[in-house]
Amino acid sequence: MDQFLQHLLNALMLGGTYALLGIGLTLIFGIMRVVNFTHGELYAFGAYMMYALVMRTGVNFFVALVLAIALGALLGAALEFVLLRRLRGADIDTTMLVMIGAWIALQNTEQLVWTGVAKSIDNPFPAAPLVIGAVSVGWNRVFVFVVALLLIGITYFLIQKTKLGKAMRATFQDRDTAALMGVQIGSIHTATFALGSALAAAAGALLGPVFVAYPSMGDMAAAKAFAIVILGGLGSIPGATLGGFILALAEELGAGYISSGYRDAMSFLLIIAILVFKPTGLFAQKERIG
Amino acid sequence: MNRTLAAIFVTAALASGPVLAQDAIKIGVTQPLTGAFAASGNYVTEGAKLAEAAINASGGVLGRKIQLIIEDNKSNPTEAVATAEKLISKDKVPVMLGAWSSSLTLAVMPKLMEYGVPMLVETSSSGKITVSGNPWIFRISPTSEMEAKAFAGYVKTLGIKKADFLATNNDFGLGASKEFAEMLKANGAQIGVVETMDPKATDFSAQLAKIKASGGDTLFVTTAVEQATLILKQAKEQQVTARIITTGGSVSPDQLIQQAGDAANGSRHVVFFTPWFPEAVKNPDVAKKFVAAWNAKGLPAGGLTEGFRGWDGLYTIVEGIKLAGKAEPAAIQKALWDVKVKGVNGDIAFIKQGPAGQESAQNVPSVYVVRIDGGKVVKN
Repeated sequence: MDQFLQHLLNALMLGGTYALLGIGLTLIFGIMRVVNFTHGELYAFGAYMMYALVMRTGVNFFVALVLAIALGALLGAALEFVLLRRLRGADIDTTMLVMIGAWIALQNTEQLVWTGVAKSIDNPFPAAPLVIGAVSVGWNRVFVFVVALLLIGITYFLIQKTKLGKAMRATFQDRDTAALMGVQIGSIHTATFALGSALAAAAGALLGPVFVAYPSMGDMAAAKAFAIVILGGLGSIPGATLGGFILALAEELGAGYISSGYRDAMSFLLIIAILVFKPTGLFAQKERIG
Repeated sequence: MNRTLAAIFVTAALASGPVLAQDAIKIGVTQPLTGAFAASGNYVTEGAKLAEAAINASGGVLGRKIQLIIEDNKSNPTEAVATAEKLISKDKVPVMLGAWSSSLTLAVMPKLMEYGVPMLVETSSSGKITVSGNPWIFRISPTSEMEAKAFAGYVKTLGIKKADFLATNNDFGLGASKEFAEMLKANGAQIGVVETMDPKATDFSAQLAKIKASGGDTLFVTTAVEQATLILKQAKEQQVTARIITTGGSVSPDQLIQQAGDAANGSRHVVFFTPWFPEAVKNPDVAKKFVAAWNAKGLPAGGLTEGFRGWDGLYTIVEGIKLAGKAEPAAIQKALWDVKVKGVNGDIAFIKQGPAGQESAQNVPSVYVVRIDGGKVVKN
């Protein structure tokens, strides 16, 4: 029983960051129809910014976190402005190839700047874990969980309640009509890509200090993010949130009770199972066809 | 004018080409410089580069200089095969050093058979490597079985009653878990759970929860230093109280102290070089020379336990070339059987392993166990 409770607690903590990763990716795909292969690199970028700020320049941990997220948004905006803006109207294959190129270029730049050796980042939380009965969890993970939920809440509010969010949703439903109604599609795309990138950078900045930062860290994160997005339904924020938690739970229980060697396979088996019965994912958003 | 210039260039090219090719003896190196095992692969490569410089400074071998051709196998078996193919077919290296992890080495091995080129294996510990009947393999690192045997004496001293395992899901991790489990059983200890993890994984919460529930007094961890660091940290978060012992010799205690901090205290590590206790090594002057070269280049002390593998590996290869009298694969293969090298790890010489007629070469190296206590490395 204690082991089961510990698995549940672990899944909850992990699910928060998975959700954060998934939301950023689902937003970009839903609104821009771009398969964003750089998502994992933005995640790594967030972690490396924490390393640069906290370990190299001695910036306060919490200030560094805010800065890392802001820098992630800036890098995202720059990527959109330099690469994607020119590709609007290009077919999905061309865009995908460019994004794969950007992914490789970013990862190799990280390697060039930070070398291939993993970097660890100090955090200001007490080393002794939070103990609840028979289960325990590190304070750093509790912090990550709380901030992840907070960011998910802010994103949801932004999309549902603000004018920018309304324009984003309109673009998602029908790009041409939205443009005819006076929505600046270009700015919406930049804002969307910046927001999605900021969320990925936030996940990296939060998890970098929990794990370590290394150049290929984004690959696994991106694979998980894609899985979550497919699971939750393309373009759906509640879907990505729930998808994140379901994936984490599947991994924890699969590894705990079936086989840890197939931990990552569990999650993908689950996805196949769900897609067989609900091919659009759990919460696919309605969009106008045609 | 143009014709004269062209003639000069052609003559120059003809004159310099063959001379350059003749000049240095090329030695291929395939190591994981990026990816999951990057830290270790880079240190091994640095060790080999220091040996290259030292050997060339003292006149090279057979009157020629040596030149390392270094390829990054990206911690990926498929890439490892590609690096071997490139080094052998394009660079025409007569001998190679590599490929760090057991899975990488095993992937490269069929290429050695195909082209008939010997490879000195400096790190891999899976038993499979030297028993598969590949006569081009010369391994200086200990097998998991040798490590387990060397550890047997500690089972009683440490009072190990029940042990759990957490190993990377590849030839290295699975092989070591099997050998250590057998050794422990033979010494009267009980085996709890054997958990595995993807070599790229960073979160081990599920495995650790299961290990905690199993309740062994000792947890054997077999992986590279990156994952070991995270396991120590996460075990502390989940209040896993078992003493943690790493195997494989690639978990640098200094790097753990630096990166895992408090969580590293109390852990024990199987290592093959003990720079903290220079008096404990077999060839102190060789070790001193290596450490001095390492420090002179400003490399981190945490890399010494890995870097020595590259140094010892290259010295062994060069000794083989010297005995062979020529830089040809078959001659080097034959000569390597007779080398006697004073290495950082101890005296290097090869014994036969594997099926008769197709034996691989295996060295019997020194194995030590050290402990981290109060942020310092101490003797067990």
